[in-house]
Amino acid sequence: MHADPRCVLTGTHFINGDAACCEGALAAGARYAAGYPITPSTEIVERFAARAPEVGGLFIQMEDEIASSIAIQGMVWGGQKAFTVTSGPGFSLMMEHIGLAAMTETPVVFVDVQRGGPSTGLPTLPSQGDMMQARFGSHGDYAIIALSPNSPQECFDLTVKAFNLAEEFRVPVMFMMDECVGHMTEKVVIPPAEQIEIYPRRHTKKPPEEFGLYEPGPDLVPEMAHAGEGYKVYVTGLTHDRRGYPSLNPAAQKELVFRLFEKIRRAADRLVMVEADELDGADVVVVSYGITSRVALRAVQMARAKGIKVGTLRLICVWPFPEKLIRELAGKVKALVMPELNMGQVVIELERCAAGQCKVISVPHAGGTVHDPAEILAAIERGAR
Amino acid sequence: MSTTDLHVHNPVEDLLRQDRIPTIWCPGCGIGTSVNSFAHALLKQNIDLNKTAIVSGIGCSGRVSGYMNLDSFHTTHGRAIPFATGLKLANPELNVIVYSGDGDLAAIGGNHLIHAARRNMDILVVCINNMIYAMTGGQAAATTPSSSVSTTTPYGSYEPELNLVQLVDAAGACFVARWTAYHVMQLERTLEKALKKKGFRFIEVLSPCPTYYQRKNNMGDALQAMLDYKKRSKIQHGCPTWETALTPGGPIIVGEFVDREREDYLTRMRRQLGPHYSEFPPQLEEHVSEGCSKEC
Ligand SMILES: Cc1ncc(C[n+]2csc(CCOP(=O)(O)OP(=O)(O)O)c2C)c(N)n1
Ligand code: SF4
Repeated sequence: MHADPRCVLTGTHFINGDAACCEGALAAGARYAAGYPITPSTEIVERFAARAPEVGGLFIQMEDEIASSIAIQGMVWGGQKAFTVTSGPGFSLMMEHIGLAAMTETPVVFVDVQRGGPSTGLPTLPSQGDMMQARFGSHGDYAIIALSPNSPQECFDLTVKAFNLAEEFRVPVMFMMDECVGHMTEKVVIPPAEQIEIYPRRHTKKPPEEFGLYEPGPDLVPEMAHAGEGYKVYVTGLTHDRRGYPSLNPAAQKELVFRLFEKIRRAADRLVMVEADELDGADVVVVSYGITSRVALRAVQMARAKGIKVGTLRLICVWPFPEKLIRELAGKVKALVMPELNMGQVVIELERCAAGQCKVISVPHAGGTVHDPAEILAAIERGAR
Repeated sequence: MSTTDLHVHNPVEDLLRQDRIPTIWCPGCGIGTSVNSFAHALLKQNIDLNKTAIVSGIGCSGRVSGYMNLDSFHTTHGRAIPFATGLKLANPELNVIVYSGDGDLAAIGGNHLIHAARRNMDILVVCINNMIYAMTGGQAAATTPSSSVSTTTPYGSYEPELNLVQLVDAAGACFVARWTAYHVMQLERTLEKALKKKGFRFIEVLSPCPTYYQRKNNMGDALQAMLDYKKRSKIQHGCPTWETALTPGGPIIVGEFVDREREDYLTRMRRQLGPHYSEFPPQLEEHVSEGCSKEC
């Protein structure tokens, strides 16, 4: 299925990441959004509020982020594609509903344009401080997918992908931007609609009598039906059986929670999305994601000028984490260096996968600006020794 | 005629998920009674039950959605209204009913209640007010009459109770009523009327919780609660909602208090957008190719 041309602004544009994200959502087929204003994410829904009615959709500004994060789930069960957009404090308020979306297998996209924290922190300045929250923030055990763009072009391309993955896996997808990427203006090429692949909702073709809302398919992902179609769906955040009925016992919990994990874990190799450069023969590999990858590049160039063999690995899909790739890489290099605009979050996962095979050097940052490439260079030099 | 033929088909049965019965509710609980009135009201409506969705939050009252044979959504504590808002916006053809408890709708969900009434979202909200948090074991609610004993107010509550009908009236609801679990026929008729109306509609149902509220406050059993409702209730349709406060031991003013016309959210949105709004048919099924790229 291809994007609907009526929603796609095909052409070459000079726009920022927030605007590109909005266009990506529209191209992906999202016509509905709910949100509550917060810097630096608001421009996405401001643009959406202007664009959506012309294509039969709407934006509703809810009373808070809690309301927004569940209104979008109502929109999905009403038969639409929907998303919400926020930044750190709002993301914290949404956590309970990320769990609800995971538990009820509701395909939605949460966009988090990260800013400095904790608390109100640095409202207008960048960070990557919500990466662990994206993965583990809601209570209980669940699996999600998180993508991290590093340019306005990717804000467009990956937003489309985020919606596609949400539909394919019936899972909430976290779109982890940061203030720099959101506010950076660059060339964005929006392709013709027929070149934009859309993963359609896994809507069942079975009649109501034969349909189970949580009957897993071969890839463990169940089919969906919406309210108003005669299926009498029963959707609950309680542990439920294959019909969706509450089933409050350890066996049902095991079946459900294992499947929620397994449907993502099984596809993990296919989900891995990285950009790698000069890994072969590298002594040191700089691992990064989002805006930090662009700063790291400068440090890598400086290191190469000094004769150090450095490769780069950019994580485009951060969760699930490319475990296998890191394990292999760690066996070949002297060190993995990871700069992040936080005090060291995803590096914990890097260390776990490297499992002592090589040095893992975190280059932490409190946020508010990007790294000074010299800090990353120093870490590369330490790793190469 | 065999004895099995004596089984009389109760039309309400079709509206309940029979495979989920018996319910979790205690004997004497008023929630089931209200559901009976609700089911009868739905049946009398001739509305398309395939286009009717019910949304609950969490609590004993929040279990109602799961027992109804409708599209049922059992969401998170306090958030039934924003879920229902999204559902209604996404599919305006749906009749969306929120059915939940006083704690759920008015305490943790109080802000959503206010704003849905203000926006005049086209949904019907049925609020079971048992004056306590029942499911979690009898803690104080925002509606607990002051001085009442609960597990978190063992010396009696020091807080005044919230009058829900006054709150939603002030926020702009276009239909507001209150009955008790004793007034089954009146409740049914009011529900029928409310189901037909457009806009934000709110019906409070006072309901006994013999297990926690009655017992903790030495108010006797469920039957005693019914006698109490009968004795204290005064039917006053159109009563200004600021005169309907529920004081401990005082009269219980019941009836239909507010019935006003206000343009609902979606109607207003479309009117105001005018030519900027273009009705957009959803993409047709035929466009959905089976062999969609998996390279996502
Ligand atoms: C966020 C959150 N906080 C607290 C709870 C625990 N909880 C479950 S039901 C309930 C109160 C329900 O009271 P009410 O809405 O009045 O319904 P009742 O059980 O009295 O019918 C609470 C506090 C929860 N499930 N979620
Ligand atoms: S605890 Fe109270 S409200 Fe809950 S089912 Fe029992 S009687 Fe009803």
